[in-house]
This record gives sequence, structure tokens and C-alpha cells, in this order.
Amino acid sequence: MNEFIYLTFDGLSRGAVYAAFALALVLIWRAARIVNFAQGAMAVAAVYVAYSVTNATGSYWLGFVAAIVTGLVLGVTVERVVMRFVDHSSPLNGVVVALGLVLVIQGVLGIFYGNEFLPVAAPFSRDAFELGGVAVLSRYDLFVFVAVGAVVAALTLLFTRTPVGLRMRAAAFAPDVSRLLGVSVGGMLTLGWALAAAVGSLAGMLVVPTELGLHPTAMDVVFISAFTAAVVGGLDSPIGAVVGGLIVGLLLSYVSGYVEPTVAPMAVLLLLVVVLLGKPGGLFSSSKARVA
Amino acid sequence: MSSALLEVEGLTAGYGAAPVLHDVNLTVQPGEIVAVLGANGAGKTTLLRTLSGLVRSTGGKVVFDGVDLRGTRVEQMVRRGIGHVPEGRGVVTELTVDENLRLGGLWRKDRAEAKKALDEVYELFPPLAQRRTFAGHQLSGGERQMLALGRALVGRPRLLLLDEPSLGLAPKVTGQIMALLRDLRERTGLAVLLVEQNVRSALSIADEGVVLALGRVVVRNKAATLRDDADLRHAYLGF
Repeated sequence: MNEFIYLTFDGLSRGAVYAAFALALVLIWRAARIVNFAQGAMAVAAVYVAYSVTNATGSYWLGFVAAIVTGLVLGVTVERVVMRFVDHSSPLNGVVVALGLVLVIQGVLGIFYGNEFLPVAAPFSRDAFELGGVAVLSRYDLFVFVAVGAVVAALTLLFTRTPVGLRMRAAAFAPDVSRLLGVSVGGMLTLGWALAAAVGSLAGMLVVPTELGLHPTAMDVVFISAFTAAVVGGLDSPIGAVVGGLIVGLLLSYVSGYVEPTVAPMAVLLLLVVVLLGKPGGLFSSSKARVA
Repeated sequence: MSSALLEVEGLTAGYGAAPVLHDVNLTVQPGEIVAVLGANGAGKTTLLRTLSGLVRSTGGKVVFDGVDLRGTRVEQMVRRGIGHVPEGRGVVTELTVDENLRLGGLWRKDRAEAKKALDEVYELFPPLAQRRTFAGHQLSGGERQMLALGRALVGRPRLLLLDEPSLGLAPKVTGQIMALLRDLRERTGLAVLLVEQNVRSALSIADEGVVLALGRVVVRNKAATLRDDADLRHAYLGF
């Protein structure tokens, strides 16, 4: 029982990070119908900037802010300089360009920072509190929950309660009509990329201290889990991304704990196959269910 | 001529190499309803899409209220006073009725003014007021047409480009929409460029008719004259 409780909290904590990362993928998918395979590399770049800023100033939080800002800037740059010029008549074009970006970003990071794992400290203790003799959560886990919860809440408010959110949704669903109504569709697309990349950077900041360290490819495995989470939830659905992230996190935790850590990635792939067979659009994909 | 709200001169436009519109001339006076008629593929929808900038013109001139619209971006048209209700209605089906309507007024800086325009549209279309929180896909065809029209009216345009408002609607609903357009014209001086397959109902409210055939204007005349000219009706309008 104790192990179950521990694994559950551990899974939710990991899952929260996947949820944030999946949310970033969903944001871009909804805005541009592109699966941004470069999301992981962009997030790692932001974490490297944070690493440099933290080393130079001694402040984790300055580094944290730098990572988010880097995310915003990278998102705008990638959309304005690269993706805007990709021919979107075939969905594969965007994917190939994104994969190319991965190679470029990882290569540049390797040139500047080297290809060793750099140790990154967590801002809070990662030792779990004990509740009645059971190790439950660490301060760092709490930080992860608060950060991801705040992002989900802020994005929900943005999309459902603000004029900008309404413009962004309209621009994504019906670009021509939105333009006729005075919405700058290109601007909304850029904003979508900026927000998504910032959320991706946050996920990178949260996950890197819990893994081996900072490396140009540090987010590759996280990307696979988060991509699975997004597809399981339905690429169109922000709620689906969050639920999918938590499901993937729990699955990884349970399989690692009860079976064997090395088979955990296979369990994720199995989940992906089962969901794609049973509900190809994802668990939350039905547009009828999405009362906007 | 100089008092015209919209003046189109020698307009040529199309998709890719082959032009769809050839040397189109027409004018719309303030408060005038002009019907654009013609067979499928005559270029009616392309004409409206070119006027609002969705299709780029390759030649000619479009002057709205004394301002040359060449180079004006689509997003700016609503600010100039041009509302375009596209073919197939263009309701954003994923958004609610209220969100669709608010979208029509988001370009306004003056929030109070936008709110006032929104309330007026709800007054004009009571069925929409009862369905504020319904998603677009839950509405009937007639309600969607009301929503698309209402959304354009939230922008308080001086010229409305209306593409096939009767498409797929019951004759009674079409009649209501035509009556509403006439009423709006009387009360607010709204000018309408109306593209219609339903020639009878279009000519019943229009002041002028323009007949397009293969992208060229073949007839421009008073609507009453078009209604009464049997040869013309047979030749171009099929009734």
C-alpha cells in the first residue's frame, strides 16, 4: 500500500510535467496544425540559457525567468522566420522542417556548451515528506504541481475569458472568416507559438533537475512521453493534454515500480497503440464534446 | 458618380494564371441594394472575395468612400466599414453564438460601443438571444444565417457584401432575411451588394441588378427593368 501511494504521487509529479509539455504541443497543433517536433530542443535551449544566467548571477529565479523569456523569443522566431515559409499543403513538410530544427538547435548547443551532462540543481529539496511513515511528496514535487497548475489555470482563463483568447480560437478554427472580422490571424499564430514555446520551456525547467542533467538531447525521451500524452488526450484538446500527461506519468511510475523501469517506455507505446486503435482521435477529441 | 459608396472600375482578378473576373465595372450608392446575379461559376463569389481582399486583384480599381482599397489588408476592411458574410455563412461552429457575435465587434477600441452594437443585434434577432450559449454547430441553417448576418452587423458596416444568404434555407426564412435587409437599409442607410442564386427574391428587394457571365458584366440595369424583361431573364437568369 505504501509503495502504491508513493508511486502514485511520483507518477502525478512526473505526469504534471508531461502535461505541461503536451499542452505546449496542443497549443501549436490547434493554432497551426503542426506537431512541433522541435519543442524538446527549443525547451533544452531555454534551459541552457537559464543555466548560464543562474551560473552568472547565482539566482535560480533569474534563470527561471530567462528560460521563459527565451521560450517566448524562440517561439516567435521559429514561427516568423521558419514555419511561416513552410508549404503547409502536406502535413509532412512541417514535420521535416521541425526535425531539421532539432538537429540545428542540438548542434549549436553542443558547440557552445559541449556534449557532457551538466549538473542542474533543483530550487527546492527533492527529499519526500513522510506522512504516517509513507514517503509522499517532496517540496520540489509541490513546486511542480503549483507551477503546472498555474499555467493550466492561466491558459484556461486566457482562452475562455479574454478577447485575445477569443481571437486566437477563432483564428485557429476559421482563419478567413476571422480576417474578415478584423482579426490579425498571423499575429495570433505568432502568439500561439510564443505561448507554446514558453510553456515548453517551463516543462524543461521542471524536468531537467529530476533527470541525469542538462544535455542537448535531454528532452528527447520527455518529448516522446509528452507526445504520447498529447495524442492519448487528443491533439486538439488542452484538457486531454493534461489528463493524458497524468495518465502517462502514472503509467510510467507504476510500471517502473511494480515491473521493471526498463519496460516502462514500452508500456507507454502500448498505451498509445491501444488508444489509437480504440479512439483514434484521442480520449477528448470529439469536437462535439468540446463546448468552447 | 463621385457620391458613390463603392466604385469598381475595370476589376480583373482570379486564382493563379487564369483570371475569373474580366474588366468588371459597378457602383453602389449609399443605401442602395445591388444584386449580383449569374449562373454558377460566373464569378459572383470571386467578385465579393476580391472586394474584401481575400482574392488579390490583378488589375482595375476599387474605391470605397473615396479611398482606393488597393493594398488594404483583409483585416482592415471591417474598420473601413465593409462587412463580408461569406458563402456557406462562415459561422465559427466551435464557438458559441455569443462568442461569434462578440468576435464581430472585437476590432472596436470603444468597448461600450461594441456592447451597444451587440445588444442591438440581439434585439434584431430574438432567436439568437435565446441561444447565446449554444455552439454554432447546434444551430439550424436559418439561425446560422442570422448569426453570420448579425455578426457582420455588430461591426456596423456601411456596405455589406452578402454571399448567397438564401442557400439551403426555406423560402419563408429567405423572405424574412430579405425583409430584414430592406428594413436595415431604410433605417440605417446600409448599402448591400447581394450575391444570389435566388434571382426572384434578390430582385424583389434590389434597386439595381448586375448580371455576370463568365466573369464579365453583361447587363447592368434597374432591378425593376430586369424583372420585367423576359428575354433577359431567359438568356441569363433562367426563369
